[in-house]
Amino acid sequence: MQNNYWKTLTRPLLDENPMTLQILGICSALAVTTSLDTALVMSLVVICVLALSNSAISLIRHQLPRSVRIIVQITIIASLVIIVDQLLKAYAFELSKRLSVFVGLIITNCIVLGRAEGFAMRNGVWASALDGIGNGMGYALILIIVGAIREFFGKGSLLNVQILIPTSQGGSFEPLHLMLLPPSAFFIIGGIIWFIRRKRPEQVEHPEFTLSPGEDAVTK
Amino acid sequence: MSEPVANASVARALAVALTVAFACALVVSTVSVGLRPLQKANLEAERRKQLEVVINALADIGQTQSIENLEARIVELASGRYDDTQDPATFNAESAINKPGTSMLIPAELDLAGIKRRALHARIYLVRNPEGATELIILPVWGRGYQSSLRAWLVLDGDTSRILALKFYEHGETPGIGARIQEPEWEALWRDAPVYDDSGVLRIGVRSRTGSASAEDSGYLIDGISGATRTTQGVDGLIRFWLGDSGFGPYLRRIREE
Repeated sequence: MQNNYWKTLTRPLLDENPMTLQILGICSALAVTTSLDTALVMSLVVICVLALSNSAISLIRHQLPRSVRIIVQITIIASLVIIVDQLLKAYAFELSKRLSVFVGLIITNCIVLGRAEGFAMRNGVWASALDGIGNGMGYALILIIVGAIREFFGKGSLLNVQILIPTSQGGSFEPLHLMLLPPSAFFIIGGIIWFIRRKRPEQVEHPEFTLSPGEDAVTK
Repeated sequence: MSEPVANASVARALAVALTVAFACALVVSTVSVGLRPLQKANLEAERRKQLEVVINALADIGQTQSIENLEARIVELASGRYDDTQDPATFNAESAINKPGTSMLIPAELDLAGIKRRALHARIYLVRNPEGATELIILPVWGRGYQSSLRAWLVLDGDTSRILALKFYEHGETPGIGARIQEPEWEALWRDAPVYDDSGVLRIGVRSRTGSASAEDSGYLIDGISGATRTTQGVDGLIRFWLGDSGFGPYLRRIREE
C-alpha cells in the first residue's frame, strides 16, 4: 500500500509526466517561463490547485451524478483558482502582476481537469491528493527547467541574480533575446520531450496509420 | 475503486449542482472580501512608489515636495474639465482602460502613442503655491517604445508653457540603448523645454535621425538617443499624443484660458 502511494506521487515526474508524455499545459508554460521566479510561483500555484481540486472532487465523487460531473468539477477548480489568485494579489503583489492572467487561466489548464476526470473520480481522497501533487510536480519540473534555461541564456541571470555580465554593461555575454520570446519555450520543451523519449523509448507514440506515398496521386 | 453514480434523477443532479455552487460561492466571496483591505493597501503602495519618482524628479529641479502636497484630481480628457464626481483615491486607471464604458478606442491616424485605447478620465496631480495658484502640473503619460510600454510622469509648468521634467518609471527597453531614456543626461534635455511656439501651436517632440522634422518644429525638438531610434520615436509619439488634442490638450487649453 505504502508503495502504491509512493508510485502515485512519483510516476507523474518522469514516467507519466503530464507535459512531456501527454503534452498538456503547454500554453501557460510558454508564457510564465521567461524567468525562474515566475516559473516557481506558477508551479507552486498549480501544485496547490491540483492537490486541492483532486481531493475535493474525490471527496464528493459518490454524490456526483454523471450528467453534471464536468460542470461541477469546473466550478470547484475555478473557485480554487480564484482563491489562489486573490491570495497572490494580497500577499505577492509584484509576482501576481507579472503572472497577470496566467494564474486565472489555470482553470483551463488541461492537466487540472484531466486529473479530476481521469483520477479523482475513481480514487480515494488521499490517493487523489497525492496524484494532484505528483502531477503538479511533474508540471513544475518542466517549468523550472525551461524557466532556468530561458532566464540564464536570455538575461544571464538566475532568480534575478546576475551571473553573466552582458556586453551592454561591459561584460562578455551577449543575451539571446530569442530566449525571452515564446517560441524558445517550444524549442526547449520539444528538446526535453525528445531527450526523455530517447532515454525511454516506451514513451514514443506509434503512428496510428502509415502513409503510402504516391498512392494518393495515382488514384486522383 | 468505485464508479461515480451512473443513473441519477434530475432532482438529485440539481441538488448536487446547487450545493456545490453555493459552497463555492460562499468560500470565494469570503476570501475575496477578507483579502480586499490587503489588496487595496498593495495598490496604494504601488501608487505611492510611482509618485515617489515624481517627488525625486521635482527634487532634481529644485522643488522639494512631499507626496502629501500633491493634489490629485480627475480630469475628463475630452472636455478638459475636472470631474469631481469620481474620487481620485479610488480611481483605477488600469481597470478603466479595459472597460468599454470608461474608455475609448483611439482612431489609428490619431494614435501617435500606439496605445489603441485610452480611458475617458485621467488622474493628474497639481502642486499649488501658498497663494493657491497652480505651480506644477503632473501628468501620467505612456506609449509604445521599441519592445515595451513606456510609462512616465510629465511635469509641466503651471502655465503649461514649459516642460520641467519627463521621468520614465516603467519600461522594458534594451539595457544600454533604449533604456537610456532614464539617464540623467537625457532627462536634463527636457528641463525648461518650451511646449508651444509663439502662436500656441504644439511643437515639442524628439528629433530622430530618420524622422524629417519640419523647419518650424526643429527649433523645439529634443535630441534623440543615437542607436535607440525606435524608442526615441516612441517617446516622441507619446509626448505629442498626450499633449495633443486626443490627450491632455483640451485640459491644458482650459488652464491657459483661466
